[in-house]
Amino acid sequence: MVQIYRDEDCRFDVERERLIQRLGEVLATDDLLVEHEQLRPYECDGLSGYRVLPKVAVIPHTVDQVHQILAICHDLEVPVVTRGAGTSLSAGSLPHPQGVLLSMARFNRILELDPERRLAKVEPGVRNLAVSEAAAPHGLYYAPDPSSQIACSIGGNVAENAGGVHCLKYGLTVHNVVAATLITIDGETITLGGESLDAPGLDLLAAIHGSEGMLGVITDITVKLLPHPPVRSVLLASFNDVERAGTAVAAIIAAGIIPAGLEMMDGPAIQAAEDFVHAGYPTDAEAILIGEFDGNAGEVADQVEEVSTLLERHGAIEVRVARDDAEKARFWAGRKAAFPAVGRISPDYYCMDGTIPRKHLAHVLQRMRELSGEYGLPVVNVFHAGDGNLHPLVLYDGNVPGEFERTEELGGRILELCVEVGGTVTGEHGVGMEKINQMCVQFPAAEIEQFHALKAAFDPKGLLNPGKAIPTLNRCAEFGAMHVHHGQLPHPEIPRF
Amino acid sequence: MTSGTDRSNELIAAVSTAAEAGTALCIRGGASKAFYGRSPTGEPLDVAGHRGIVSYEPTELVLTARAGTRLRAIEAELRKADQMMPFEPPHFSGGRATLGGAIATGLSGPARPWTGSARDFVLGIRLINGRGEHLRFGGEVMKNVAGYDIARLATGSLGMLGVLTEISLKVLPRPAATATRTLELPAEQGFAQVEEAYCAGAPVTAAMHDGERLYIRLGGTQGAVDAGLERLGGDHLGDADAFWTGLRDHTLPFFLAAGPPLWRISLPPQTPPPRLPGTRILDWNGQTAWHRTEADAASVFAATAECGGHATLFRGGPRDANVFQPLPHANRRLHEHIKAAFDPGHICNPGRMYEGL
Repeated sequence: MVQIYRDEDCRFDVERERLIQRLGEVLATDDLLVEHEQLRPYECDGLSGYRVLPKVAVIPHTVDQVHQILAICHDLEVPVVTRGAGTSLSAGSLPHPQGVLLSMARFNRILELDPERRLAKVEPGVRNLAVSEAAAPHGLYYAPDPSSQIACSIGGNVAENAGGVHCLKYGLTVHNVVAATLITIDGETITLGGESLDAPGLDLLAAIHGSEGMLGVITDITVKLLPHPPVRSVLLASFNDVERAGTAVAAIIAAGIIPAGLEMMDGPAIQAAEDFVHAGYPTDAEAILIGEFDGNAGEVADQVEEVSTLLERHGAIEVRVARDDAEKARFWAGRKAAFPAVGRISPDYYCMDGTIPRKHLAHVLQRMRELSGEYGLPVVNVFHAGDGNLHPLVLYDGNVPGEFERTEELGGRILELCVEVGGTVTGEHGVGMEKINQMCVQFPAAEIEQFHALKAAFDPKGLLNPGKAIPTLNRCAEFGAMHVHHGQLPHPEIPRF
Repeated sequence: MTSGTDRSNELIAAVSTAAEAGTALCIRGGASKAFYGRSPTGEPLDVAGHRGIVSYEPTELVLTARAGTRLRAIEAELRKADQMMPFEPPHFSGGRATLGGAIATGLSGPARPWTGSARDFVLGIRLINGRGEHLRFGGEVMKNVAGYDIARLATGSLGMLGVLTEISLKVLPRPAATATRTLELPAEQGFAQVEEAYCAGAPVTAAMHDGERLYIRLGGTQGAVDAGLERLGGDHLGDADAFWTGLRDHTLPFFLAAGPPLWRISLPPQTPPPRLPGTRILDWNGQTAWHRTEADAASVFAATAECGGHATLFRGGPRDANVFQPLPHANRRLHEHIKAAFDPGHICNPGRMYEGL
């Protein structure tokens, strides 16, 4: 198992009683959790294989309290881990054993919704889907739709730069947030971005996206809202091999068409989803593509016609265009239920998040099959085909001794494979604690040092979410993946063991 | 498809030497935007020779090129596959503009409100920081959250974090059909109609007002453009490409005529521009005002801030004081720390964005 916190991550000298006393001066008893049983619900996030109890957890009501909590932690040099809805799939909000777990759950109000200007200002604890629900009466919605959108918070979405199934056309969180207010660990309030289409100075708003709570605490976020497209069409194409499906995706892009969503599932995923939700998927297919097209009526009609022809020309054995809203929903239902469907056929599953240049899909799937055989662990694939983001699900049984460790190792090998073909270890779930070792594979030491230097510009004492997202060079040296340039380790002054 | 010349080793050596000697460097591509930002200082460091498209695969929607590659060369290559840089980077002077300059300034053309900005399309960069280290951030894939997003942070940083050497961009298909219409409407009413048409599904890709009429461009499938045109009405504009390129590159008469300094005023949606003396045209459906005024910088900054926007002294006028909207104190301090994290010796384009950075 990935070594969770290392000695250097736990270098803090925290006096628990003094910390509790200071926090007690700004928080009511109900908002300051100190007892073992009170802290237990916070010991993990969506990646429950990793568990650590924080020293204390705080659930403030006001921005002023957040300021004071950070001031106390800064003063006493106590680590702070910020948590939204706790749905992270990479242990990004795993508590620190010496630190404060700062829950933003009470910041759950939509502060302003301006349909005329298509902007919404929300607190970070607002659920992703709640924004679209509030905007719906005005014919508007918030585009990024991570699969956890019913539960995940906007603050967490910014911290992870969350994606979803509509990224290729509508972008990630970073493309849909226009402004945010950040409180730094030393208590400064900084406005990032603004309501205009750009802002003076460095693009700190971009830097905060995907920063995994390492740079500051966000207290409000302004997102742009998009008009609901007048027409939406969904089609389902089946293939008798995965490579053909991959080629068909490339052909759609080459024809100049950017689908609103384009998802692929492999044979085992199709079977599991069909058994679970009865979406009407062809269970004899080796791969299916689900494509969504939106826009005005003329545009959608043009695209659906052209894509259907392309799919057939590239070997689709069947192309079905949904005839009504119920059928559209059915086509999507299987994909959206893929994870719980896999949960029915295996005691546990482990979800990966590598992204690759799409042209390497066939090679990567082949290598994954080989690795799956080598480890004796089945792998089921769902895939954001449009943008190359893979979600292989490794099936395992956590009750079998050693199986989680082998799963993790297989997962690591899959991520390294993604890096090898020019991709990345994480497309949208974040590094957190989970993929911290694989960062050593993706980045040489000089880049890692530059990341640490940027972090120190925001947080010189290293109090925000220590031990996550960016590995220490010691960790990399120990992981054995340090990149060696010209036969010399960079920074020879750093001890290695 | 690697072509061109790789001068990265020379550039690394030049930055390392400058770092040791504490020599300030003025990073320069095609010098097409030499007018932009505060007065350049330091020894010129020429990046234009480091050029060539490193990889481009239309079906991946990704292009990687060295920083000195001319925008024209990239546009010509993209056009062969019917693709484009959707943020329409301005060239400003003939054919010299480079990709490095486009990304370092982070400027975007008329399509920006609908298709996104330069930083929205940056996927990865290589950068020589102020210590002479050649670093790679981001990559060539659409979704990537490994490490901080330094690629987007460097976009628009005016060289203050280091020397860009290579950039990977997301590119998109060119629309199959485009059309431009003009409507005799006052600005506010015209922009409201554009917004209405967009919300009804019209594929708007540009909307500007020249003080007399509204110009609106649609781009998409033929069916989408036809439906949008039917809704909008107005008069067909001939040679529309030349018009929009003229707006993008500032070759319309408004920009070319002799006169007061040019300001760029960036505004929240549906916000009238500040009252200032002089003349102006409006782009980005009213969210950018190009204003030519003799008003002093302090009053332009103050009037713009009151509208919730920010102002840039874009071309002409005094360049030794602030040309960008001054930053609030805490933000300014953070900028100083970030500068130090990348360029502790202050050798990369010092003072080009703000004094002391």
